[in-house]
Amino acid sequence: MTGRQFLNRATPYIFMAPAALVMLVALAYPLVQSVWLSFHQWAIGSPLSSARYIGLENYRILLTDPNVWASIRVTLVFAFAVVVIEVALGVALALVLDRQIKGMSVFRTIFILPMMVAPIVVGLVWRYLYNEQFGPFTTALKAMGLPVIPWLSSQDMALISVIIADVWQWTPFIFILSLAALQSLPASAIEAARIDGATRWQTMLHVKLPLMMPVIVVAALLRLIDAFKVLEVVYILTEGGPGLSTEILSLHIYKTAFTSQQLGRASALSNILLLIVTSLTLALFIFGKAREEAARRVAAREGA
Amino acid sequence: MASSAVNRPASPAWYALVVALALMAMGPILVMISTSLKTRNQIFGDTASFFFMPTLSNYQAVLEDPSNVRFLTNSLTVALVSTVITLILGCMAAYAIVRFRFMGRDAASLGTLLMRMVPPAVLCVPVFTIWTYQYNLTNTLSGVILVYTAINLPFVIWILQSFIVQVPRPLEEAARMDGANPFQVFFLVVLPLIKPGLAAAAIFTFRIAWNEFILALVLTNRFTRTMPVKVSLFINEHNIEWGQIMAIGALIAIPPLVFTFLASKQIITGLTAGAVKG
Repeated sequence: MTGRQFLNRATPYIFMAPAALVMLVALAYPLVQSVWLSFHQWAIGSPLSSARYIGLENYRILLTDPNVWASIRVTLVFAFAVVVIEVALGVALALVLDRQIKGMSVFRTIFILPMMVAPIVVGLVWRYLYNEQFGPFTTALKAMGLPVIPWLSSQDMALISVIIADVWQWTPFIFILSLAALQSLPASAIEAARIDGATRWQTMLHVKLPLMMPVIVVAALLRLIDAFKVLEVVYILTEGGPGLSTEILSLHIYKTAFTSQQLGRASALSNILLLIVTSLTLALFIFGKAREEAARRVAAREGA
Repeated sequence: MASSAVNRPASPAWYALVVALALMAMGPILVMISTSLKTRNQIFGDTASFFFMPTLSNYQAVLEDPSNVRFLTNSLTVALVSTVITLILGCMAAYAIVRFRFMGRDAASLGTLLMRMVPPAVLCVPVFTIWTYQYNLTNTLSGVILVYTAINLPFVIWILQSFIVQVPRPLEEAARMDGANPFQVFFLVVLPLIKPGLAAAAIFTFRIAWNEFILALVLTNRFTRTMPVKVSLFINEHNIEWGQIMAIGALIAIPPLVFTFLASKQIITGLTAGAVKG
C-alpha cells in the first residue's frame, strides 16, 4: 500500500477521531459514570475509591421519598403546561400573522431576542419584574388600585409565574418554526381549497393546519425536551420554593448533589430524569412518524 | 417560491398585533436595560418612571471591580476557545460522516437528538466527579472548555452535515485529480463553500457556551468563575444592588443580542434546522 492509498483509507478515521474522542471522554463517559455512581454511596470530599456498592438502595430511597414524587409532579406539570401553551399560542399567532410583508423580517428578529438571552438573565429580569415591593408589575397593579399578586411568594402562584417566564422566552420558537412551515406549504393545496370555495377559516383549519402537523409535532418534541432541561430560571426566581412548589427535578438533582452532598443519590435521580425524558422523546418521535405517515397517505389518496 | 401567504395588504389590526407582540418580546429586556441605567433612588421610587436621567454609574461600579473584569474575561475566553475547537472538530467529523459513509447519517442524527436531550443537570454530577477526581480539571478554564466542546459537538456535526451534503462532489474530485491530498481538499475546497453553515454553527456554539450556567457553577472557583455564575451569587445577597446586577445582566445579554441583529438569518437557519426540512 502506498503512502497515498494509506492516507486515503485513513482519512475518515483521522477526521472523525478528535470529535469522537472529546465526546467519548466528556459526554459518554460521564453518562456511564452516572450509572456507576447511582449504585454506590459516596460523599463529596472522600476519595472516589471509598465509594461503597449498595446496589439499588439509592433508587429505593428515592422512590419512597415523597419529596421526589412532589418534584416529579412539579416537573411534569411545568413541562406539559409550557409545551401546550407555547404550541397553542405559537401556532395560532403564525396562522394569523402569516403574510409576506417586507417589515416581517425585522419583527422576526425581534421575536427571537428572548430566546437568545441567557436563561440566568431571564431569571434575573423576571425576578425583578415579579418583585412584590417595587417591581414593575406590582407598581402597575398598585397604580390601578388592584391588589398586589404574590407572584413568587405564594405556593399556588410561584409555578404559574415560572411558567409565564418560560412562555415569554420560548413561544417565539414555536411561532418562528410554524411560520417557516406555513411559508413552505405548497401553494397549490391552498389554491385548490380556495377554488373549492373554502373560507379563510376553513382553509386554516382543514388545509394549513394538517399540512403543518409534522413540523408542529417536531417543534413540540423539541420544546418538551428543553422543558426538562430548565434549571437556571427556576434557580434564580424561586430556588424551588416556596416549599417545594417549584422544585423541578433538575434543581432537586443539583441540591441533592451539592447541598445534601449525596452524589450517589443525585446520580440515581439523574438517571430517573434521563429515563423520563428518553421515553417521552421516543413516544413523541414514534407518534410524529405515525402522524406524518397518515398525512402522507391522506394526501396520496386525495391526489389520486 | 411556494407560498401560502396571500399578497393581501396587511390590515391595521395586523400591524397592531405584530407591534404589541414585539413590545412584549422586548419589554423585559428593555426593563433590564433601563433599570441598569437608573440610580438606587430611581429604582426604589414609588412611581414607575419611564422618563429619567440615565446614568452609567452602575456599569462603572461593575467594571471597576477587578473580579468582574476577570469573570468577563473568563466568560469570553471559554466561549471563544470552545467555539473555535468545536467548529474545527465538528466540521471534520461532519465531513467524514457525509463523504465517507463512515457512519450511518441516521445514527448520527439520532445520536444528536439523544445528546441534545441530556439535561445539563444530569451531566453536572458525573462531570464534577470525573473532573475533580480523575481528570484534575476542576477550577480550570480548560475543564470548562472541554465540557462545552463536548456538549456542542453533536449539534454542530448535525447542522454542518446538511451544508456539506450540498457541496458539489465534482469540485472535490477535480481538486484530487490536481494532486490535492484529502486535507487540502477539505480545508481549501470544502470549508470555503460551507461558510454560511459555519457562521450559523459558530453563533449557536458561542451562545450556548457564553450563556451556560450550571456546569460552570460546579466546575469553577472564585478565579475561574464565569459571568452567569456571578449573577447567581450576587442575587442571593441580602441587599440586592438591582442597578448593578441589571448592568451585569445587560453585559451578559449584549453579545447574543448583537449577533441576533447581525445574523438573524443564520440564527433562524440554526433554529429551524431539522424541524422544517427534516
